[in-house]
Formats: sequence, C-alpha cells, structure tokens
Amino acid sequence: MEQLNDLSDPQLIRKSIEAVLRLANTFKEQNGRVPVLMEVCGSHTMAFAKSGIKKRLKEHVRLIAGPGCPVCVTDQKSIDAMIKLTEGPKRIICTFGDMMRVPGSNFSLMEAKTEGKDIRVVYSPLDSIKIAEENPDQEVIFLGIGFETTIPILALTVHEAQKKELKNYSIWMTTKLVEPVLRVLLSSEDVNIDGFLLPGHVSVVMGKKNYEFLVEGFQMPGVITGFETIELLSGIYKILQLLIDKKVSIINDYKYVVKDEGNPVAQNLIKKYFDFHDEAWRGMSVISKSGLGFKREYAQFDAKRKFKVNVGEPRKTKCRCGEIIRGLITPEECVLFNKSCTPLRPIGPCMVSTEGTCAAYYQYMREV
Amino acid sequence: MCLAVPAKVISIEEEKALVDVMGARMYAGIIFVPGVKINDYILLHAGQAMTIVDEKFAKESIEEWRILINGTAE
Ligand code: SF4
Ligand code: SF4
Repeated sequence: MEQLNDLSDPQLIRKSIEAVLRLANTFKEQNGRVPVLMEVCGSHTMAFAKSGIKKRLKEHVRLIAGPGCPVCVTDQKSIDAMIKLTEGPKRIICTFGDMMRVPGSNFSLMEAKTEGKDIRVVYSPLDSIKIAEENPDQEVIFLGIGFETTIPILALTVHEAQKKELKNYSIWMTTKLVEPVLRVLLSSEDVNIDGFLLPGHVSVVMGKKNYEFLVEGFQMPGVITGFETIELLSGIYKILQLLIDKKVSIINDYKYVVKDEGNPVAQNLIKKYFDFHDEAWRGMSVISKSGLGFKREYAQFDAKRKFKVNVGEPRKTKCRCGEIIRGLITPEECVLFNKSCTPLRPIGPCMVSTEGTCAAYYQYMREV
Repeated sequence: MCLAVPAKVISIEEEKALVDVMGARMYAGIIFVPGVKINDYILLHAGQAMTIVDEKFAKESIEEWRILINGTAE
C-alpha cells in the first residue's frame, strides 16, 4: 500500500505538528488554559509516547491516558481469582501473553507456571480449542480478557467449541466495554476532559455509532484515530478544531480501516453468545453492565459457572494503577515508578502490559 | 493486547486465507470479513481478519490531510 508510506513523511509530520500547535494556541487564548484530551486506547498511549508527540506537545496539549488496556483495567481480585483457578486438578489454563507477568496479591501466572501449573500462552483463543481436543481428560480454560476488539474472537471460539461438542472447554470471561467506563469517567467530578481520541480497533468492531452517547449525553467531541504519527496528529488537530469552533460531534478519521457501521458479522456473533454482565474495574469497583458474559444457554462454556473460585480481599499495595487508568495521575506521580516498579519487576499491570501507561512512560518518557 | 497487524491476502480457502505479513506467510481467519478478495489488505487481531483496509479511503485521507496542512495538494 504505497500511499500508507506517506504517513511517515517527515516533512508532513513537521508541518502537522506546527498546525496542531497553532490550534492549541488558539484554544489557550480562548480558554486561558491548555486543552485536555484523553486517548482511550492503550495502543494510542504507546504510539503517542513512541512517536515523541507526547513529549513535543507537553506544554501545549495535555494528553492523558485512559482506561484502554484490557490488562491494566483488570481488577486485582479478578487476577487473584484467575491465578487461583490454576490450582484445581487436571487443568490447562490458556492465556494471552500479556497476562502472564501481571502480579496478583501473592504471585503471577508466570510464577504459578514455574511451580508446575499447566499454563500456556496462545496467540489466538482458537488455539486453545486445539489444546482441548488433544487433551480430552483435562479441563481447558481460556482466560478471556479483552475489549470489543477481542470479544468477537471469543464468540467465534465458543462457536467452534460448540460445533466440536467439546465438554472440557470453557472461557473465564472478564471482558470490558468502552461505553460504560467512559460514562462513569465523565460523570465523576475529578475527571476533566475536553475531548476524546477514540480507539481505532474497538471502532473496527463497534463503528462510529458506538460513541454517539458522548455527544448526546455529555456534549463531548471525539475523533476515531489511527496509530501512525500523522494520524495521531490529525486526530488531535480535528478535535481541537471542533473545540475552537464549539462544535460537538464524532469524526471518523480512520475511515480506511473503520466503517461507520462497524463490523456487523462480529456484532451479531457477539450478540448470539453473550449478554451484559457487571464487571469490576481496577480502581473503580464494579460498573454495572460494563462487560459481556455468557448467556444462560451457553453455561456449559462458562468457566465462572463451572468452577467455583473463592478469593479474599486483595493485599493492598502502593501501586496507583487505578488512578492511572482514570487519567488522574501520570506514572511519575507514583512513588514506585522507576524505583521498585520497572518492566523487569513490575508491581502493577500498567507496567507489565505492552499498552500500559507506566510501561509507555518508562520506555519513552523518562527524564534522564 | 489489541495489536493489529496489516496483512495481504494471497489465497482464500473457505474460512481462512493465506496471508503475507511483512514477508512472513501464515493463515488467518476471515469469517468477519465476508467480502474479502485476493490482494486485499486486512487487519489481523489474534489471528482473525477484523476489517478490510480500504485503499480508496486511505489515499483520500492522506490527501485531505496534506491539503489541510499545506493549503494545497502537493
Ligand atoms: S484497541 Fe481497545 S482494548 Fe485494544 S488497546 Fe485500544 S482500547 Fe485497548
Ligand atoms: S509505576 Fe508501577 S506501581 Fe506505580 S502505578 Fe504504575 S504499575 Fe502501578
């Protein structure tokens, strides 16, 4: 795709930064302060840090990272429960790699594996179906974390398990939805945001209509943005333009990837197997109907119904990931950052995940 | 977690396609992109194609951006 090479044209990037700075100044003259934008998606946080945009715009546009990494928003108790789940007899636990090093109250999945538990990292949840077929006398459980991007693939996996009539397969659903958490963020008094850079990949599945509530309920503008440097800058530019013109709407600035209506095949498959469930978010407690879980008729694939796991209240640490994912503090404000908490010895998920805000700051934003 | 990688479709077999991801060949599920054709670019997430990249829109969006920034199309 030749034209996509243009996205890294350095001259265009320089001009784009100048254009963004011009608008940021206009906003500042109008409002007497810098604009505050939240990038909801963890991949955006990483891309912003990596491209240098976050540093370059620091004094002009406040970019705050939001709750858009499925690993980071997983509540401590849920992590403890997943680790506890590995303790049962004849079990194979399958997971995405990012979950392995996330510390629970006592240890991580990685440490559980070292102690001999059968825990396997898979690239796709569908790979865990194969493992279930090959191990009929074991229970195979997939740790189903993820947002709207991943949920259709979980639905597809259940579809396969059903087709193959697997009796030893289930998914531990801890999925999260973008809309409910943004509603909670916008309703809380301590969060002040002028606009949103909306997640490119979630939007592939859900489409632009998924964000109309921002306009209707909160008079909040948003731009669906891609991940290249130019696309990030274009997203900021467009949102600043909306703010300056005092227009409230949602712009799809990632049209070549995101269709306005989303992906209907994926949406239908999700609806077939799952319905809304309450989910606990790190640092935000339980948000009603903020995730998807199995419908009753598919209970045989629901690991939460199949296996009873009881865990106590998690051990308190000084980790402030709960505030990080609400955009209340930056990683440098956590006393553990870059001291006892580093990617090699992470204390919270925001330092573990490849899209975690603390990991992004550690890699690209540290002052040396 | 949600990393998506672009891939080019080489051949199609029922519910999967042979794709090229930066020189590496692999299979990807295509159940979510029913209209996919050979030579299309798709975005993969966890082994599944989630969307077809629209070349026309890709071209338009970069042009639109150039014009916005430069005041002219170069
Ligand atoms: S695509 Fe969604 S889940 Fe993935 S990093 Fe972005 S917001 Fe998070
Ligand atoms: S630096 Fe570490 S301990 Fe502090 S908030 Fe981030 S992940 Fe948690």
